[in-house]
Amino acid sequence: MNAALLEIGLRHFLLVSLVVFVLGLYCVLTRKNAIGILMGVELILNSANINYIAFSHFSSGRYDGQIFAVFVIMLAAAEAVIGLAIVLGIYQNFATIDVEATDSLQG
Amino acid sequence: MPLGALIFYLLAALTIGSAMVVVFSRNIVYSAFSLLGTFMGVAGLYALLAADFVAVIQILVYVGGILVLIIFAVMLTHRIEDVAVSNRSVGRLPAAIVIGAVGALMGTGIMTARWALNPNPQAEPTTYGIGDAFLGQYILPFELASVVLLVVLIGAIVVSRKEIRGEAGS
Repeated sequence: MNAALLEIGLRHFLLVSLVVFVLGLYCVLTRKNAIGILMGVELILNSANINYIAFSHFSSGRYDGQIFAVFVIMLAAAEAVIGLAIVLGIYQNFATIDVEATDSLQG
Repeated sequence: MPLGALIFYLLAALTIGSAMVVVFSRNIVYSAFSLLGTFMGVAGLYALLAADFVAVIQILVYVGGILVLIIFAVMLTHRIEDVAVSNRSVGRLPAAIVIGAVGALMGTGIMTARWALNPNPQAEPTTYGIGDAFLGQYILPFELASVVLLVVLIGAIVVSRKEIRGEAGS
């Protein structure tokens, strides 16, 4: 096999992260279900974290990237909690979580 | 095939395959459960990158917390009768064009940039260094993070409890 495929380096991890990011972006853009959109956001945050950890390992060798990844995980948890609380509030008011049906603020 | 490459490709396939199920499944329950595969695959990639602490945190917070929360939300909002169309998608073509452009741009950047690489990356235990940095150089963001978590705790209760929201509004 090709040596570039067998020698796992920074670019392999960046490409995996890119694919996950693109899938998450597609999820955010196309889903009508609010929880589906939140899942897309989680995918995007995970791809960003792969980048942080990959650069931390291959580039600097220090802990800064891993610490940023821990902060991102913490903020992702906070975002998921608030997002899902809002989704449940929307469901109580509208009896649906379709983001196109919740247009009360539309001018 | 070297063992490291084999593990990498297995983890990458698990991560990307589960992410594709999350994105393309028409049933949101399948999407929610496929997130498990994505999170575990990403945790495996962290372990492969010698980030043991972050890999465990990923499993604890994502799999143990966020995933359970998402599945709870799915079950609280999901009506059984419209299971087939619970996860409809719109605007596939414009979104495909956008992500194609973004993916091509970033892929070109990844492949052509000359990254400043460490010649021999080390794999060593990280927990001691991370704890040291959290209580040293990163003490202010660390404390701010605890304030953010407290605000989130109170905010989630206020947003989701009807009786509290009613009193605040009157």
